[in-house]
Amino acid sequence: MAQLTYREAVSLSIAQCMRKDDKVVFLGEDVGAAGGVFKATVGLLEEFGPKRVRDTPISEQAILGATMGAAMVGLRPIAEIMFSDFLAVCWDLIANEIAKTRYMSDGQISLPLVVRTGNGAGSKFGAQHSQSLENWSMAVPGLKVVAPSNPKDVIGLMTSAVADPDPVIFYEHKSLYPMKEEVIDTNFTIPLGEANLLHKGNDACIISLGLMAQRSLEAAIVLKEKHNISVTVIDLRCLVPLDLQSIKREVKKSGIIFTVEENPRLCGWGAEISSIIVEQCFDQLKTPIIRITTPHIPIPSADILENNTIPSTELIIETLANKLKKI
Amino acid sequence: MVELNDDIGEKKRIELWTMLLKLRLVEKKAYDLFLQNLVKGTSHLALGQEAIGSAFGVALEKKDFTFCTYRGHAHTLSRGASMEGVLGELMGRECGLMRGKGGSMHLTDVKNGVMGSYAIVGAHIPIANGTAWASQYNNTGAVTTCFFGDGTTNIGAFHEALNMAKIWKLPVVFICENNFYMEYTPIRQVTSVENPAADRASAYNMEKIIVDGNDADEMYRIAKITIDKARRGDGPSLIEAITYRHSGHSRADPAKYRPKEESEEWIKNRDPIKIYRKRLIEFGIKESKILSIENSIKDQVEKATAICKKSPDPKIDLIHTDLWSNGGSEWHN
Repeated sequence: MAQLTYREAVSLSIAQCMRKDDKVVFLGEDVGAAGGVFKATVGLLEEFGPKRVRDTPISEQAILGATMGAAMVGLRPIAEIMFSDFLAVCWDLIANEIAKTRYMSDGQISLPLVVRTGNGAGSKFGAQHSQSLENWSMAVPGLKVVAPSNPKDVIGLMTSAVADPDPVIFYEHKSLYPMKEEVIDTNFTIPLGEANLLHKGNDACIISLGLMAQRSLEAAIVLKEKHNISVTVIDLRCLVPLDLQSIKREVKKSGIIFTVEENPRLCGWGAEISSIIVEQCFDQLKTPIIRITTPHIPIPSADILENNTIPSTELIIETLANKLKKI
Repeated sequence: MVELNDDIGEKKRIELWTMLLKLRLVEKKAYDLFLQNLVKGTSHLALGQEAIGSAFGVALEKKDFTFCTYRGHAHTLSRGASMEGVLGELMGRECGLMRGKGGSMHLTDVKNGVMGSYAIVGAHIPIANGTAWASQYNNTGAVTTCFFGDGTTNIGAFHEALNMAKIWKLPVVFICENNFYMEYTPIRQVTSVENPAADRASAYNMEKIIVDGNDADEMYRIAKITIDKARRGDGPSLIEAITYRHSGHSRADPAKYRPKEESEEWIKNRDPIKIYRKRLIEFGIKESKILSIENSIKDQVEKATAICKKSPDPKIDLIHTDLWSNGGSEWHN
């Protein structure tokens, strides 16, 4: 295997899971014959047939209901909700049913399932096809929350998510689908809840995930080259379970923390992480935590508007450079 | 003399009578325990609707699956859940089916095929498709049954699920218990068709089935037909069973919105227990046998109640257990 795109990593990792375990099934809208609207599931129907790869009607509640019921009795279904924005029409299944059933049943029911969904902005699709909603699922007890930032992580995290005995919401970033990476070996796993250091530095730390992790990495490289600022970039990869130890280690090291979040400002995942840092590591902070987020607005559509709404590499560079100049 | 159709036979009729009484007497006990303030929270009784759950309980096989609503005590018992498991859960005791973690509206007893009781109207209909899909996938021959009320037919999940069940030809039987009221409002007042479930069946290329939900024999016959059809691989059915609640929607509801003559007629003349007692006598079953079953169930209910009253509160550590499959609720390292 040489160059692999993020979208190829999705189909490759699903295929590997399906080859290993015939309890793994896959369903969603346009996922089979069409190969997915983002072409992230090309070839699965051809390899595994319509019994295991099922095209569904546009019925998100029916998709997730079938997913949950099948998982209850031992299948390991992977469902696709085409755009994460559509989670709103089946949120009852996610938040009330899938998340709570194990707890309410006193452990009688296990739900080994994965809900994959296309997340995030960058495609100029407007406010109902561009949201970053990982913080929604982070707020509901009983859901594991994964958001990979590169093709390798897609493979490692998907493999772990499918093998996991609990429900996982898997946020794939739409703007990362074309991202290419050299992947030699595709048989590996990345444990859920293990953050990745994308860049190492001593002056400050950026905490991020998904597309924002890639932009933070670009920013870190420029900050080093042009501003002589060395920054650690933590790619959380998972919000639940959260790798709190990696975060605390970086707080201790530099004491200067930024979060870069694609979600709108209020109750973004960085708010919770900031609160934990303040509660547990206040003495180690040299300066207040700065959260770089999308403003508290829906995502607009035009190029110039969308580009200036979600955090850009330039905004990250500028914010860090200005802040660190003053310290 | 009227010729009697004895297609059901004495053995099954005794099973049906036993089941009817079990469901009736446990529900009545649940109500008594409310009045004694031993059951907290809300509760939705199936008094008057027992023939539906009873018939399916008798007709189903051990390997089959059942999905209930928040009005699910009766359906849960009908699959073999213990009385103390059900009453104990209502009372929030250690002996409850879920040791108090679910409560009245979420009764679950997986070992008896009860895959949960769902308190969000309609949510469980698509989920029932899932167990049916797994049975089809693994070719186990298990059938899924899914019970719900008339009000559920106006929520989107009902329509999404029926369509998917049909196109995937799933082994599932959907049973709408039409008791004429969606909570407090007459269903006719808020529904575009006369029969809220049966009149929608054609939209999903399913047969229109309306049955007297207070006649346990009629219910048993349709249960057999639809379960057999699903087990053969001939796909889903949608049944509308006509019935009536003897009490209000929930414990807080005295049901004053229903005309007195209407509820009196149903309770006096169309009560499934009264109907079936008469039926048994018509078929020559001795009064003494009928009574001895009744006394035996009464005794079982009293014994279960005593167990529940003696059962301790659940241990407080239970709060943090079983969010995840590892038994705990940790969200960070």
